[in-house]
Amino acid sequence: MSDIKIVQSPPNIEGPGFQATSLDKIIGLARANSLWPLPFATSCCGIEFMATMGSNYDLARFGSERISFSPRQADVLLVAGTISKKMGPVLKQVYLQMAEPRWVIAIGACASSGGIFDTYSVLQGIDKVIPVDVYVPGCPPRPEQIIDGIVKLQEIVKNESLRRRESDEYKALLGSYGIQ
Amino acid sequence: MVQIDNQYILTELQDKFGERIYNSYEPYGLLTIELDKNSIKEVLQFLYDHKELQMQFLTDVCGIHYPQVFGKELGVVYHVHSLINNVRIRIKCFMPIENPSIDSATFLFSSANWQERETFDFYGINFIGHPNLKRILNADEMDYFPMRKEYPLEDGTRTDKDDSYFGR
Amino acid sequence: MIESLALNNKSEKTDYNILNLGPTHPATHGVFQNILKMDGEIIHETTSTIGYIHRAFEKIAEHKPFYQITTLTDRLNYCSSPINNMGWHMTVEKLLGVETPKRVDYMRVIIMEFARIADHLVCNSIIGADTGALTGFTYVFQWREKIYDIFEEVCGARLTTNIGRIGGMERDFSPACMKKMHDFLNDFPKYFDEFTMLLERNRIFMERNIGVGPISAERALNYGFTGPNLRAAGVDYDVRVMNPYSSYQDFDFMIPLGTQGDTYDRFVVRQHEIRESLKIIKQALNNIPEGKFFADVPDFFLPPKEEVYNNMEALIFHFKIVMGEATVPVGEVYHSVEGGNGELGFYMVSDGGRTPYRLHFRRPCFISYQAYPEMIKGSMLSDAILTMSSMNVIAGELDA
Repeated sequence: MSDIKIVQSPPNIEGPGFQATSLDKIIGLARANSLWPLPFATSCCGIEFMATMGSNYDLARFGSERISFSPRQADVLLVAGTISKKMGPVLKQVYLQMAEPRWVIAIGACASSGGIFDTYSVLQGIDKVIPVDVYVPGCPPRPEQIIDGIVKLQEIVKNESLRRRESDEYKALLGSYGIQ
Repeated sequence: MVQIDNQYILTELQDKFGERIYNSYEPYGLLTIELDKNSIKEVLQFLYDHKELQMQFLTDVCGIHYPQVFGKELGVVYHVHSLINNVRIRIKCFMPIENPSIDSATFLFSSANWQERETFDFYGINFIGHPNLKRILNADEMDYFPMRKEYPLEDGTRTDKDDSYFGR
Repeated sequence: MIESLALNNKSEKTDYNILNLGPTHPATHGVFQNILKMDGEIIHETTSTIGYIHRAFEKIAEHKPFYQITTLTDRLNYCSSPINNMGWHMTVEKLLGVETPKRVDYMRVIIMEFARIADHLVCNSIIGADTGALTGFTYVFQWREKIYDIFEEVCGARLTTNIGRIGGMERDFSPACMKKMHDFLNDFPKYFDEFTMLLERNRIFMERNIGVGPISAERALNYGFTGPNLRAAGVDYDVRVMNPYSSYQDFDFMIPLGTQGDTYDRFVVRQHEIRESLKIIKQALNNIPEGKFFADVPDFFLPPKEEVYNNMEALIFHFKIVMGEATVPVGEVYHSVEGGNGELGFYMVSDGGRTPYRLHFRRPCFISYQAYPEMIKGSMLSDAILTMSSMNVIAGELDA
């Protein structure tokens, strides 16, 4: 007897031979449980991310089996580590290469706010150049915390409306980062 | 076989370079000499070729800034190691902050390349004869030398910091 | 027809392909940019750009009291942060002229050698992963987790440990911690042997690695190589033996050496260093002397919390330490330890103030990585990737 857990189906109307639910919910469910992460690992947090992917913590249990090293086929950008001002434009370019819908997790204090490196060379949080969905605190966060961040993001993904990426608010958000 | 200790190295250097060694002392047992900056190439070559010493390993190159010492504001500190005899020497060369320049050690040590670039990046010290002297860690567009004492640690363009919360 | 292929074209070429590798290339395990001038698949010239995570450690260090700099050293070589921490503590102790009790030395040695094992495990499993043998990676990572469990038991953190204090350790090894260490020593060798069998004498792995990215001993010395990379080239320079610190002279261990300085030798040297580290830990654990786990430096070593609440003197010291008001002698000091990648040096100039006047880190990665263009010249692109992972370049240490 296997104890594999399968996700609950969204609220629906069921009858003989048919099942009706909202398209938003079913697509959200599919997206949330098959996020392809793109690790943008620069420093210490990257090592903890390796541990998260490794055998003990195994992020694959949460549907992120496939690490996408190409931004083109990735859903979620995991920024793990310090981003310096020299790196900022590179990060933005990687983000621009990703296809919609795309999400961003800032892993660790440096990516979230610059952390202990309040210096001339470090970008004080990646939200200065790209919009961020989930911030994971810690210096570096434990693998459990990183997994928690991804589970939190899954909630966001699940409940996102299909029209969000076309909305004026979203365009305004991107516009505030100079992205058309 | 001669006894290789700090005194021996110092005597050898003083015999050869005499007045060009301004000062010497031994903080924590490591022989430190202050050297005329124009002699650095000769001294490194001398230590490298010396039959007994064979100081052929450049451990470290770094810069230092003393804004109060007039005419000797910037310095370069070399740590050279003799792996055969296991003795080290620290060489310091000081120079004025206007047009700071010193001969590059890359003619002898390949490892000096990036370390000198780093020193240039941080302190703006110009290494004459360096094959590719440009910024290494900071962005090329940077227009100041951040490790000099007068420049602040923190980024001046930050707007989200309210000093009144920190009693400043 | 075949003669026209770039691979076999020996004549003078004027057109090259430019390949931009990095700074976020997945194959490079870090943020290094290399612009390769390629002749077909063969690398003709390389221009390295670094500094993509320059964090201004040295500038920060000029603004932080001595005990707070430990957190910075954590983030230099984050694969083996305890070694950096203790190197820094020993530097300050040297400046202050503090004699640490033997027990402290032995505890430090144990922690540092565990850190070295973790560091080498990461590097070697990555070499395996880059040659396509991902099994080894998933296999040893659970053992690295066990080392992190030990660190957690000692200091409460996994990766950036901030382990130990100036003058000693923050607390003694607990019985649970001792048990974990002994368990590790008992169980790990068996699994490590299996990892060794997977790769070390594996024919495919050997053919893939032997002769890749070699460097001669002379060039390695000239480039300032230290640590496993230098020893793979055949030079027996190890700070632990040359300038013993923290009672390393008490232990009996070997320095593994390579001959070719290629990727395979670097891999094997690291493999054997792991075994030697296990030997050192065993000796240290068996002979660890009784006694205090901190030296008598009330100006730097935090008093126990109960005393702070009940004892006036302890309260004053606590306040002084936390505010960073402890005085240090004027002077300059260079101290080096054998880090995961080589000689990790701290050059500190103190003017007697609450912060170092100047602190320079001699970062082994930074110095050895400049040899990379020379090492990969004339080799294939895929070998260049392997050479980089076998040099174990850690971005945090590279860019400071």
